[in-house]
Amino acid sequence: MSVQGQQALLEARGIGKRFGALAAASDINFRLDTGARQALIGPNGAGKTTFINLLTGVLAPTEGKVLLNGDDITGMAQSLRVKRGIARTFQINRLFRGLSVLENVYIPVSEQLGAAPRMFRPAGLRKDVIDAAMNLLEMLKLQDVAGNKISELPYGRQRLVEIAIALGLAPKVLLLDEPAAGVPSAETHIILDAIARLPKDIAVLIIEHDMDLVFRFAERITVLVGGRIFAEGTPKEIGTNPDVRAVYLGQAASHG
Amino acid sequence: MNAPDLNASAAAQTFIHRHRLRWWEPIPWILAIGFFYLFPRHLGFGNEMLVMVLFALSLDLVLGYAGIVTLGHAAFFGVGAYTVGMLAHHGVWTEPISGLLIAAVVAAVFGLVSGLVLLRTTGLTLLMLTLCFMLLLEEAANLAQKWTGGYDGLDTVPIDAIFGRFEFNPLIPSVQYIYILCVLFVGFLIVRTIVYSPFGESLTGIRENTLRMHAVGAPVRQRLVVCYGISAAIAGVAGAIWAQSNAYVNMSTLSLDRASTVLILLVLGGYGRLYGAFIGAVAYMVLSHYLAKIYPTAWQLGLGLMLVIIALGARNGILGVAETIAAKFRRKPVSS
Repeated sequence: MSVQGQQALLEARGIGKRFGALAAASDINFRLDTGARQALIGPNGAGKTTFINLLTGVLAPTEGKVLLNGDDITGMAQSLRVKRGIARTFQINRLFRGLSVLENVYIPVSEQLGAAPRMFRPAGLRKDVIDAAMNLLEMLKLQDVAGNKISELPYGRQRLVEIAIALGLAPKVLLLDEPAAGVPSAETHIILDAIARLPKDIAVLIIEHDMDLVFRFAERITVLVGGRIFAEGTPKEIGTNPDVRAVYLGQAASHG
Repeated sequence: MNAPDLNASAAAQTFIHRHRLRWWEPIPWILAIGFFYLFPRHLGFGNEMLVMVLFALSLDLVLGYAGIVTLGHAAFFGVGAYTVGMLAHHGVWTEPISGLLIAAVVAAVFGLVSGLVLLRTTGLTLLMLTLCFMLLLEEAANLAQKWTGGYDGLDTVPIDAIFGRFEFNPLIPSVQYIYILCVLFVGFLIVRTIVYSPFGESLTGIRENTLRMHAVGAPVRQRLVVCYGISAAIAGVAGAIWAQSNAYVNMSTLSLDRASTVLILLVLGGYGRLYGAFIGAVAYMVLSHYLAKIYPTAWQLGLGLMLVIIALGARNGILGVAETIAAKFRRKPVSS
């Protein structure tokens, strides 16, 4: 298809979400291309997580459309979007706490490779699933704790497992909701390191408060304020945009 | 990407081999066979224990692995028992082994249909609904006197000889014992296989974090309903062998008393551990047997006290305590 050059991988067209009188998001136009490295920033309550929830199908939009490779997926269930290649991480860890790190990654990979419904063969004999899971753990430098339970890991590495679970779904689009949230500053470099090594063919959208991380990682930045797109551009454009500085930095300052 | 060297990772090796037979796994079966020769006069008691082990295994699959909190699992035990009992009593079907299969299918249908409705809920609501479902069945068994014998139950359940050769003798239940032990072994193999499969792994994922399982794209409710149906079938088989070996069926098979007993003994043994069902059933039944002998009037007090101790100090049951001690001996860090 010749149009694929212009067609976005994931696109939001005039998308919005109203909770009664409150517009958590309105008229957001957004596109993410294959292999993109984009960031979404904005003050607290700007609607960033709402926007992620609209893209992944956790919430149904009250207006607008979501397109994946040009197909309308607005009404599609969360589980089907995952199968189509949209994966996300969570701001607050949602891990399988009682299981080992390897099992945490085995679960999404076995869903992705279609092994999960099988009940008459031992899980350990699905070498394809274990291979893929161990590959991911190596990429995120978690292989040495593969046998440990989640509760035995420091928080920074737990956040890496959060990313590993999403990557286990072999996504085309990866949405990272504040991957460094709650991580002590001494450990944030391992998150940054991991994000820098994400496979180049995955489109990544990151929501983050850590501006250092955002400006190092993103090729394009979208600023969301009050549920609307306030500004969009390269890190340089956003960094020098006086309005953004006023709104965003002013807000951030007032939040301490 | 290159294939990682799985041999180098101890964790990968542990996971790859976790379904392999461990050295201690034949022990329960050796003990069960030993019981047959050592206590020929207590085989009736042994039968009761083996049936409860199978029933508790079925509960472990839903409660211990999938995290479905149910207080009404005797519903399926009773459905299995009444299926076999009614078919035999009314002279429709008296062959024992195919009778078990029929009971399994009927109980599975009850499990799947009720599961489709009940498993939309979780937690306390689910607990109450499973209880209500069981009580409804109990009342139905009470009212449908013509078929079920009502409150008195069915006191004659004629069963053919197994393979046409081995007759059930109600006074010396040795044939029953071997028969139940074989059925338990098959049931155990099925549960063990499922638990170590990718399906079983996804059930533990649902138990550990249902929301994340949705986000991972797993059809959560479908998995739960399938698991519930399989568990119901096994519980139905447990009920069916109970009816066959006792040669009667009554409303006790559908009662809250039975549902809570199986829950208590599973918690006592340790749920989500496969062998908790064995240890719990034996510990519970032996203990209640002796307590009843020593204190005929207040024996349940002893059981109650023991449960309180388990709930407060040993959440993972007898097996959990054993694991903690074993881990200490191996000088590995113990996880809570």
